Amino acid sequence: MAGVRLNNVTKQFGDVTAVDSLLLDIGDQEFLVLLGPSGCGKSTVLRMIAGLEQPTEGEIWIGERCVNDIAPRDRDVAMVFQSYALYPHKSVQANIEFPLKARGVPKGERANAAREAAAILGLVDFLHRKPAALSGGQRQRVALARAIVRQPEVFAMDEPLSNLDAKLRGETRAELISLHQRLEATIVYVTHDQVEAMTMGTRVAVLDKGLLQQVGPPQEVYDRPANTFVAQFLGAPAMNMFPPGLLEPGNHLVGVRPEHLTIDGVGPVAARVTLVESLGHEALLTCVTAGELTVIARIPSDEAQPKEGDAVFLDAPLHRRHRFDVVTGRRVAP
Amino acid sequence: MALEARGTTRRVLRYVVLVLVAALVLFPIYATLMAGFKPGTKVLDHPESLLPVDLTLDTIRDAWDTGNLGRYLVNSFVMSVAITIGQVITSLLAAYAFAFLRFPLRNTLFLVFLATLLVPAEATILINRETIQTWGWIDSYQALIVPFVATAFGTFLIRQVFLTLPTDLREAASLDGLGHLAFLREVAAPLARPTIAAFALFSFLAAYNQYLWPLVVTNDPDYRTVQIGLKSLAAANLDQINLVMAGTVIAFVPILVILLIFQRQLIRGLTAGAVKG
Amino acid sequence: MSRSRAREVLLALALLAPSLILFGVFIFYPLGRAVYLGRYRGTSDNLRYVGWEQFRNVWESNEFHDAMITTVQFALITVPIGLVLGVGLAVLADSYIRGIGIFRTIFSSTVATSVAVASLMWLLLFQPSVGILADALPFDVFTEPGVLNDEDTALWAVSVTTIWSNLGFTFIIVTAALQSIPVDLYESSALDGARSWMRFTNVTVPMLGPTLLFVTVVLTIRAFQAFGEFDLLTGGGPGNATTTMTYLIYGNNSLIRNDLGLQSASAVLLFLFLLVLSIVQFRGLERRVHYGA
Repeated sequence: MAGVRLNNVTKQFGDVTAVDSLLLDIGDQEFLVLLGPSGCGKSTVLRMIAGLEQPTEGEIWIGERCVNDIAPRDRDVAMVFQSYALYPHKSVQANIEFPLKARGVPKGERANAAREAAAILGLVDFLHRKPAALSGGQRQRVALARAIVRQPEVFAMDEPLSNLDAKLRGETRAELISLHQRLEATIVYVTHDQVEAMTMGTRVAVLDKGLLQQVGPPQEVYDRPANTFVAQFLGAPAMNMFPPGLLEPGNHLVGVRPEHLTIDGVGPVAARVTLVESLGHEALLTCVTAGELTVIARIPSDEAQPKEGDAVFLDAPLHRRHRFDVVTGRRVAP
Repeated sequence: MALEARGTTRRVLRYVVLVLVAALVLFPIYATLMAGFKPGTKVLDHPESLLPVDLTLDTIRDAWDTGNLGRYLVNSFVMSVAITIGQVITSLLAAYAFAFLRFPLRNTLFLVFLATLLVPAEATILINRETIQTWGWIDSYQALIVPFVATAFGTFLIRQVFLTLPTDLREAASLDGLGHLAFLREVAAPLARPTIAAFALFSFLAAYNQYLWPLVVTNDPDYRTVQIGLKSLAAANLDQINLVMAGTVIAFVPILVILLIFQRQLIRGLTAGAVKG
Repeated sequence: MSRSRAREVLLALALLAPSLILFGVFIFYPLGRAVYLGRYRGTSDNLRYVGWEQFRNVWESNEFHDAMITTVQFALITVPIGLVLGVGLAVLADSYIRGIGIFRTIFSSTVATSVAVASLMWLLLFQPSVGILADALPFDVFTEPGVLNDEDTALWAVSVTTIWSNLGFTFIIVTAALQSIPVDLYESSALDGARSWMRFTNVTVPMLGPTLLFVTVVLTIRAFQAFGEFDLLTGGGPGNATTTMTYLIYGNNSLIRNDLGLQSASAVLLFLFLLVLSIVQFRGLERRVHYGA
């Protein structure tokens, strides 16, 4: 196992800068999630680590080696593709064995290793089937088995859960977390889904337009977002942004998460409830202020529930307010 | 920079092989072009015969006149265009019937169409010649055109496209008052245009390049096609190889031009039946 | 049946009629008549009944036998080589380096050549009197009397012409198939450690399966139907070294060119032979071919 280090890595495709001077240190056995919207460059970073793309500038280190000039096959990185990339004409066992076959591992050893990997992922009954005869979740596990059979230094995963239905996604998330602990592996995981990022990562690196926005443990990134992008990307519904002077005096933006807004009592911001969506354990209230600002609040069901059309006064405890610079979007202390 | 160097070496190697192979593939065409554009005296001295020197249009003109290639080209084009139009129309109509209409024996008739693909030309040309003879169609455009106006291949191709159109399209059209033929003309055919165009191109090419059938149904030079014209040119002038090659160039160049312009559609037409899973 | 359904059926009939009539007259009738005529000998206006045994006679005759052997040899030469070259060219050109489009066009170009054009192009090269290949290559066989006039080389020479003219077609089909192979299969195998050759045998070839089958069947049918190149290059000779079944039936120098009955019998036998061959090929190869996800 080894860590991965991206040292000022930049990747340009023609005029487009996909990744911009990325400086990222991934520790040994870390589960690092690369999180961001489509086109933010996260997949490009992953592919550069695997060697499928070459950085325009900068260095990539895996363990003690700078791997810029090293071919993908020699980097000891295993990748799980979004589409799984299983060989349709080979059986599950042959698929899992393939990395070993490519390296000249003799037949007996290969079969044993494949069986072990299959056992870890619950695939032993399917070893002789072809991918076409498997469900989506099973195919995904075959892709995982093929990755772990190599016992690589680093696992690269490119949105592996995006093709699964919601229920399966939840189950597989848990499996991946336990797999990470069991294998004591370094995992670099790309996703646009913040639930995955929050629940699975030891650290989350948020990217937007090729630039690293923030990196840190999930709770920290959630509680102390470094800029407005991160603040509004994590958390659903998104954090409410109040223009300067509305919630409190000053010329900075104030962000408050929907669960931290209070509507009872007397608050500085007057608004009218335009929509009440009851989710059972809580309700989402959409409110519009006099200045046409739309704000969403989450109110637990056991509190007083306003009705549509009611007037409310919005407020937030001081320690739940996030302050950002109006121009740069960056977090402003305190 | 070891990886980069490897990449460059591979790329250079690929270019080298590409150029060598391309040269080999082009060589017969190139040699023919050279022979066709040179006077007879220059064709036998090697390697000068292969260099682009002493080029002239005289041989081409000569071949055109001696070989009556103008007339033959006209015949070939008339035949090919007529066959193409005929095939497109019959295929469109038949494909529409198979794709949108319900009628008894539909599957059986489909198999009948399929069966025609199993019968090779050799088995039928013999008797078809007899039939043409009986009808007095020897040496006529009809003989060259009519037997090829229907094609199962085209029918399958267009039917395939029609099947991908959403069924509610037809229903919406009938609510709008469109009968079948109007629907075919206004909706189905326009939507299938890329495939139809590709097929038309393929059909034209196949018709233009035909050899055996035109050979057996035409004796009169007035109705000869350019492919057979080449044969008679070659037979009459074997000692003037440049003349024969000039004729070859005349026959070949129009198709080459068509290929260059319509490359993409042609590829589409050829691959339509092939790349399936 | 309701009136609108009746109309639909009538319409279907009208739409299918042109094709069906033409198929009937020019495909099914000829087949039937050939079977009928295969039992006679002579010309159209002068037929002598022989009976069903004529088919057996033809099948067992030396001429037909030789023609069958020649045809099979021709197919065995042109199909595998054509396939390998077509795939090779397609793989070579399967790259996105600058200018690759030009090379692809060049490799496709032979699809524009007709049988007559291709044959004459190679006649130019093969003719010892012109001597292009004779001077370019250090092999005696290209000098007088020339590859086309030598019993041992004539079939090979014609094969070269056919392989060359089929290259464009094969190249186009295989290239299209190559482009439909998902890229991540290659990337995954590269990461797994497979080098070029292993990627080729473990990804490219299996995924090309159905296409290769299709090309093989088409090239085989073309080999059996080949006529023009034999007509223009060798006239079936020297002797009957290049007399294929099709040339036997239609060739100018064929022994049976004036006997409609014998021609018919041969044509029917050729049809049956080809039919069985196609079925066997399809069944036999289809099992080994993967129809992938």
